[in-house]
Formats: sequence, C-alpha cells, structure tokens
Amino acid sequence: MTATLAAAVSQAIPSGTEYIRALPELVLAAFGVTIMLLDPVLDEETSQKTLGLIAFVGALAALASTWYMAEFPGLAFSNMVRVDGFSIFFHVLVIAIAAVIILTSYEYMTVQKIRAGEYYGLILFGVVGMGLMTSAVELVLIFIALEISSISSYILAGFRPQDASSTESSLKYFLLGSFATAFFLYGVALIFGATGSTNIDIISGVLQTGPVEVLVYVAVALMFVGLGFKVAAAPFHIWTPDVYEGAPAPIVGFMSTAPKAAAFAVLLRIVFAINAPGRFWLVWVSAALSMTLGNVGALVQSNVKRLLAYSSIAHAGYLLVAFGMLTPQDSVTGISAAMFYTAAYAAMNVGAFAVVSHFANAGERYVTLEDYEGLGRTSPLLAATLTIFLLSLIGIPITGGFFAKFYVFSTALKANLIWLPLIGVVNSAIGAYYYLRMVVMMYMREPRKEVPVTRIPAALGIALAISVIATIYLGILPNRVLRYTLDSAQALIQHPGHAQPDTQSLRKPDTF
Amino acid sequence: MVPLSYYLVLSGILFSCGMVGFLIKRNIITIFMSIELMLNGVNLSFVAFAAHWHSLAGQVFVFFVMVVAAAEAAVGLAIIIAVYRTRETLNIDQVNLLKL
Repeated sequence: MTATLAAAVSQAIPSGTEYIRALPELVLAAFGVTIMLLDPVLDEETSQKTLGLIAFVGALAALASTWYMAEFPGLAFSNMVRVDGFSIFFHVLVIAIAAVIILTSYEYMTVQKIRAGEYYGLILFGVVGMGLMTSAVELVLIFIALEISSISSYILAGFRPQDASSTESSLKYFLLGSFATAFFLYGVALIFGATGSTNIDIISGVLQTGPVEVLVYVAVALMFVGLGFKVAAAPFHIWTPDVYEGAPAPIVGFMSTAPKAAAFAVLLRIVFAINAPGRFWLVWVSAALSMTLGNVGALVQSNVKRLLAYSSIAHAGYLLVAFGMLTPQDSVTGISAAMFYTAAYAAMNVGAFAVVSHFANAGERYVTLEDYEGLGRTSPLLAATLTIFLLSLIGIPITGGFFAKFYVFSTALKANLIWLPLIGVVNSAIGAYYYLRMVVMMYMREPRKEVPVTRIPAALGIALAISVIATIYLGILPNRVLRYTLDSAQALIQHPGHAQPDTQSLRKPDTF
Repeated sequence: MVPLSYYLVLSGILFSCGMVGFLIKRNIITIFMSIELMLNGVNLSFVAFAAHWHSLAGQVFVFFVMVVAAAEAAVGLAIIIAVYRTRETLNIDQVNLLKL
C-alpha cells in the first residue's frame, strides 16, 4: 500500500524537463511578482519607467524561453500541458503582442498620468494565463488559465480610474465575462459526465469509439457559447463596443488580440482535437452573424475605438469561417488558416491601437473620427502607418490581412463551403467603406487646429515599426509562417500519437 | 440512493435560476450573486458525475471552481466599489455612460 502510494507520489512530482515545458509561464510569473514587489519600494515619480522596462525584459526573456521550450516537445504535469508546434506558435504570438503593448503603454501611462506598477504586472500575469490556455490539454487547466487571463483583463479594462466610462467598461466586461465562463464550465461538466474524463486526448478517444450521446452536443454548444464570448463572436458580442470604448487604448489593443488568440487556440483544440460533434451549424451561424453584424455596426460609428471594436467582431467572423471544416484534410488547412489569421490580425490591430493610444492624448480626448481629419498633413508618418494597418484590415494585397483573408476563404471554398466565403466577401466590401472613410478623413480634409499632434517617442516608434514589419512580412512572405502552421496543424489532428499509455487503451486506432 | 438524474435536474434548475437572475435583476450585487449561483449549479453537476464515474477528477474540479470563484469575487467586488465611487448607485440601468 505504502509502496504504491510512494510510486504514485514520485510519479506526480514533475521532473526538470517538465518545468522547461512551462518555462515561459514561469519566467513571466517571476517577472510579474518582481514588479509587484518592487512597485511599493520604488520612487513614485520614476517607478513607471523602471517597471515598464522590467516588464519588457520579462517578455523578451519569455520569448527566449519559448525558443528553448521548443526543443522539448511532449506532455508535462500529469498530462496537463502539451508542448507542440501549435502551442509554441501561440506562445510566441501572445508574448510578442504583450511586448509590443508594453512598449505602447510606456508613453501612454505618462501622458494619462496613471501611476500604478501593477499595470505591467497584470499584463504579464494575463500572458501567463494565455500561454497556459494554448498548451493545456486538460479542461481543468484550460478553465483556470482562461480565468487567469480574464481576471487580469477585467482589472486592466478599468485602469483609467478618474474616468467613469473606464470603470463602467470594466464592470460590464467582468459581469458578462463571468456569465460566459459559467456557460463554458457547464459545458465542461457535461462533457465530463458524458465521457468520464476532462482530458482532451481521452475525451477524443471516447468520442471516436463509442456512440455520441445527446449530452455531448449540449456540452459542445455550451462551451462554444463561453468561448464565443471570449473571442467576441456574434451573437455574444454585445459587450465588445462598450468595453473597448471605455478601456485604456493600449489595453484594448491587447484585449482584442492576445486573449482572443488564446481563446481561438482553445477553440481549435476543442473543435478539432476532440472532433467536436454537431459543431458545423454553430460555427456557420456564428460566423455569418459576426461578419454581418460587425461590419454593419461599424458603418455608423463615430468613435474610433468603437469602430475598431465592431471591426474586431467582423474579423472574429472571418476567422470562424476556418472552423467550418469537417474532413481531416480540410481540417488541417482550416486550422492552419485560423492560426495564420490570428497572427495577421494581431499584427495589424495592435498597430492600429498603438496609433489610437498615441493620438488620443491626455484623458483620451481625441478618439472620434473627426479628430483624425488632416492627420496626413499634420503628422504624415502617423497617418501613413495607420493607413497601412487600415488597408490590411480591409484586406488589400501585399498586406497580411489580405493573405490571411484570402487563405481562409480559399480553404473554405475548397471544402465546398460556398455560402460562408460569399457572405465574407460581400462583408469585406462593406468593411472597405468605413476603413477607407477614415483614410479619406486623414488625407482629404483640412487639419483641425485644436487637435495637438505630439512627437512619436522612441518606444512607440519601435512598437509601430514592429507592427508594420509584421503586417507587411505576413503579406509578402507568408511561406515560412504558413508552412509552420500547416505542420503544427497536422500534428494537432494526428496526435494523440505520443499520448500516455493509459489513454491508448481507450482509443480506437487513428482513423485518419 | 438518489439517482443521478435528480442531481442533474437540480443542477440545471440552479443554473437556470442564476441565468434568469442575471438577466432580470437590476442591482449589481444581486447580478453578481446570480453568477455565483450558476457556478454552484455547475459544481453540483461535477460532484454528481464524479460519483457516477467513481472518478476524483470531478471533485477536484469543484475545488478549483471554488478557488476561481473566490478570486473572481475579490476582483468583482473591487470593480463594483470603483463603480459606486464614480456613480453612487448600484442600479445597472443607471450605469449607462457607454451606449449599448
């Protein structure tokens, strides 16, 4: 008895390699805690810059450790974490987004006169959650990681305490976010009830061998509701414009890309690794609604942050088109298209919000479309970068946005989905109107006298440069990233090949 | 012994009560309590399924849900206080600066 207990305990204690498989999270958490500890002892006037620098170094260190982690693929922590090409891709993505957002925040915090070190700490803690979401193969861990990332975002959304709209956005985000989490959790409970396990590999094994119960369909739908909220897909998108309008601009850039990418990663794992039954119509309706409601809603907006919020709903819709694949071959290209789209969308959206957060100025006063009139004359550089991001959001060739959209739609057409790409193309045409209207505002109108244009500081310049380079790179040289996403998609579909022995007995031989 | 389905129905009722409360109540604290009710409804399902499968995983999950709910409550109440400071009301209809 004691011998088996000792064996079980020694099996549960993680080995050194297992820690490496969670190294980016450990590094980020360590830097986050350091920031929290240093914040009270540092001088209040200068602490903001120091802590921002520490956070940036932390993000770079996490990026380096992701590189190191890539050498050690496999399972860790009692089959809870899997390091594979898929999780590495999303790790690099969310950490890079965080690094660029930290650079953007550097100036923003000074201009808005927000003095709080925990801001940077919370960004890093949020990234810990997002990183875990992308590598977790156990629904318990997915749930906890989702909450780590969500709770950080709830607080970050309310970080302009002198502005009532910021606390309001935080409240709305919190209430609706917890509401959605409850749905996700109920879905997890039901799938646990139907299969007797919360491990994704075992669940997929059970679903492949046995008959699929009604409970599983309900569970998949409930989990889709929860995750659909997190990625701001219609009909669960109502919160998005309000939250994005009130939250600090760099945080909106963060919220609309990093947690979204992580939630899409979870959705990809659940949908394709489990081969979730009954998902087709859920995805179909949600994608069509998101594209339409997002683009139509954006047409009437006068606030740039609200406009980009609706645009983000529309882009979630385009991305969901890639989830409509059913056969294994199509699924591989579908996953790869979705991964590519998250990366391209992150590059252009982070960049767009970097411009918005610089231009908004103290108290975020200048955020309406009219304020952007004549920006092409007063600040040609800022206008040019914003134009690149807007063109990419439309999907003009040589930008990342074009290739991502093209790839998603062509994949869908190959899989004989006719209507979704058709709705998507019509919506892209509608979308072009409001993005181009902004470009026209910047270049064809007389500048407004009262809107001040300040110099672009170095940190923001670097952030903008990274975003522009990433957007253009993904547009003209997509091959490398594309091949990587295809390889990791293949691995995601084909495993659990290197799963643990105890899961083998439950699984039928791979049918693909 | 009470059959599994009884627990599941009760859990579904609790979850629905929470959901309806979330949608119709106007006080922020009450809305927040409705969310807790939904989470506890889910917890009941987990425990019932854990007993059904003779698996500890479901019971362990409940502990994690409780911990996360506590963390969420801490953050949520802080946000509610911040809202109360700027608005001096807890009625969700009056927290309407951002148009829906």
